[in-house]
Amino acid sequence: MRSGRSPWILVLPALTGLALLVLPLTGLVVRAPWSTMGERLGDPAVLTALGLSLSTATAATACSLLLGVPLAWLLARTEFPGRRLVRALVTVPLVMPPVVGGVALLLVLGRNGILGRHLDAWFGVTVPFTPAAVVLAQVFVAMPFLVISVEGALRGADRRYEEAAATLGASRAAVFTRVTLPMVLPGVGAGAALCWARALGEFGATITFAGNFPGTTQTMPLAVYVAMRHDPEAAVVLSLILLLVCLAVLAALRERWTNT
Amino acid sequence: MRESARRSLCVLAAVALGATACAAGEERERLHVFAAASLTDVFTGLAEGFEDAHPGTEVTLNFAGSGDLAVQITSGAPADVFAAADTATMARVAGEGGVDPAWAAEHGERGAVFATNTLRIAVPPNNPAGVGGLADLAEEDVAVALCAEEVPCGAASRTATDAAGVEVTPVTYEEDVRAVLTKVELGEVDAGLVYATDVAAAGDRVRGLEFPEADTAVNAYPIAVLAGAADPGLAAAWVDLVRSEAGRDALAAAGFGAP
Amino acid sequence: MAPPDAPRTPGPDRSPPPVLDARLRLERDGFGLDVDLEVGPGEILALLGPNGAGKSTVLRALAGLVPLTGGHVRLDGREETATPVERRPVGVVFQDYLLFPHMSALDNVAFGPRRQGLSRAGARERASALLAHMGLSEYARVRPRRLSGGQAQRVALARALAVRPRLLLLDEPMAALDASTRIDVRARLRSLLEGFDGATVLVTHDPLDAMVLADRIAVVEGGRVVQQGPPADVARRPRTAYVARLVGLNLFRGTAEGTTVTLDPAAPAVSAGTGAPPPEDAGAARVEVHEAHHGPALVAFPPRAVALYPRRPQGSPRNAWHLTVEGTERFGDQVRVHLAGRPSLAADISPAALAELGLTRGDRVWAQVKAAEVECYPG
Repeated sequence: MRSGRSPWILVLPALTGLALLVLPLTGLVVRAPWSTMGERLGDPAVLTALGLSLSTATAATACSLLLGVPLAWLLARTEFPGRRLVRALVTVPLVMPPVVGGVALLLVLGRNGILGRHLDAWFGVTVPFTPAAVVLAQVFVAMPFLVISVEGALRGADRRYEEAAATLGASRAAVFTRVTLPMVLPGVGAGAALCWARALGEFGATITFAGNFPGTTQTMPLAVYVAMRHDPEAAVVLSLILLLVCLAVLAALRERWTNT
Repeated sequence: MRESARRSLCVLAAVALGATACAAGEERERLHVFAAASLTDVFTGLAEGFEDAHPGTEVTLNFAGSGDLAVQITSGAPADVFAAADTATMARVAGEGGVDPAWAAEHGERGAVFATNTLRIAVPPNNPAGVGGLADLAEEDVAVALCAEEVPCGAASRTATDAAGVEVTPVTYEEDVRAVLTKVELGEVDAGLVYATDVAAAGDRVRGLEFPEADTAVNAYPIAVLAGAADPGLAAAWVDLVRSEAGRDALAAAGFGAP
Repeated sequence: MAPPDAPRTPGPDRSPPPVLDARLRLERDGFGLDVDLEVGPGEILALLGPNGAGKSTVLRALAGLVPLTGGHVRLDGREETATPVERRPVGVVFQDYLLFPHMSALDNVAFGPRRQGLSRAGARERASALLAHMGLSEYARVRPRRLSGGQAQRVALARALAVRPRLLLLDEPMAALDASTRIDVRARLRSLLEGFDGATVLVTHDPLDAMVLADRIAVVEGGRVVQQGPPADVARRPRTAYVARLVGLNLFRGTAEGTTVTLDPAAPAVSAGTGAPPPEDAGAARVEVHEAHHGPALVAFPPRAVALYPRRPQGSPRNAWHLTVEGTERFGDQVRVHLAGRPSLAADISPAALAELGLTRGDRVWAQVKAAEVECYPG
């Protein structure tokens, strides 16, 4: 790497960009009522929301891995008519306002939804207003991050290794699980981390599709939003807790991955 | 002072975004009206008449939940008039010195109440759960959506159910009254507590059921000229329009009650 | 497809039946492949050819990685043409070896046996034995990126052999190695391959690899086998410009009439380096050879058999040509002089001789070759 002065044309925008990302966080930290922090942290309502957030985001990430990795494989490794269209569709949740995503989920899986109607009639299952709905909403908005990340990793992977595995007698499934997947694991990890973080912060689709009931569907972002209405200070504290937990988990995971 | 600060901010933003012009409408006078979301239709209609009556004026309307608007106002958003959906929120803004003192001296520090709104039980047109009154909402197999207690309609709902001695456990506490209405419209819940104005706005997509306990939770809408108003006279003119005969008619048509 | 000078072509009665019997026909993107191969048990066939000749396609077709548009692949007489790649009894050592980076050397070798249904312990046992055979027991737990090029090659060979293939394919096995280790690795590879009783096909563009490693060489150019035979035959009697250049011979095509061969003016010759067309002067060049032939013939002689004189050599007028110096270059401890004329050829002389002659570009010089040094064979 060539040493020397970095060009200001890169450094200036870089620092401005960094400031743009960090300043709002600084605002939260500066304005946080640190004296009441411990007390808030011990609040069972906060702990409930935090626990629900962590468990639903993790479940959503697990679902996304289970469904998203094969989807990424399909997009990266197979040719079928309309593949480009499918690829574009996968990114729709990224551009769709989450609230709209929530409405869309209601229209499909709601009690009167296209599918939900039958679920209700045949199995007596209603999805909205349950923790499952929270997970579904999170999967909807977060899975694209995983799919895009894994697809990129798959496209970047050297396919000759897969051929080598095939000559050694590995079926396509075995090639995928034994060779392809381990080799793109860093990409899968990065995608899963992005997915988890996005699921943890998910608000719009959740409140629309899953509603807001403490203990069942009220995740941290929902708690923050509701708190904002009557107690902005509490909202700041809740936001900080959510942020710190998220950062801690991601940092810990990163440590684990990079140290192996 | 504030105007110049805003202008320099504007220039800064233009530079940052590479924009060539900042505010083309600078020569027209703008009136920034912050109003509760339930006032959307009424105020949009009134704004046209106001602009006709005050040539060279442009009314900029900002609709959102009253609480959100209060946060924006106390954080220094450019606002001339605030119309809240409840007196508590207006009291909060007033408490932080947000209301124009000269105007307050004449009309009261916590704003002037210009309309009221009462709760209705909103049900889907076919009323699948056969809801007839507030007590039915306590039935276990009736799915109910309420506003979160932190928002005005939630507080009102609580007052009403308490008055009726009914314990309602909803499936969801929605973040605002519109969300409750949407859930009812989609048939995701069997009933929800919303305002008369919401039922009126929803047309035939929901049915609104009156119930006696609603009288215990009548919601008063206060309006006030704000301390940050660029032209307090113009702002006061808007308030007067809302409280005029024409304003009342428009409000009544939208389902609001008289103060 | 056995040319007349391929003595190891399996005959119907003397040789054992071939392990590999392949007719490969493949049309793709304007490229056509038309190659027939037979390889006997324990035999090593080298496919030698320039880049883009289709060597690697042959290998991929044999492995089942690209489908044929015609022909067949038979192993031990069994039809394998339609057998999917994962079920063919074929082991491949890829260029760059392609060892799985996330597995230890042992797990790389055990991968194939595991896929073939062996128990975990059984697969590891077989892998351990193979690694021991390769002299790599102490590297069993090591990840591939920690192995040297030669070690990685042996792990790759062990991995390919672990599936007990009947056909072993090696794609440019020496390409990933640096020059300093090649000699050792090549010799070691040869001895390791000797223990394999199936058919071996190796692809290379390096004639030395082919000469050292193979029992037989098939030269592939433009998707076809242009020459086939034992390494010594190919080296001594090249049939194409490419092979002549590889083995460093002056090669000419002509017509023999007794011991005199008249060189084709139309197909200017192919030599150990000079590509320049001859100047339009005298008629067709003639070469005297020591054995009589008749009809189309190829004539080859090494550049070091050429002597250069400032004046027409006295006494022996045969095989002396007046030529123009095109250029000179260092070639080992000799100097290679490229000469244009009829015929255009290359001559290797000592630096001292060069100094004595004082040759520079454009000079005219007499070149002479003894008839005894000239190899002549039917063309």
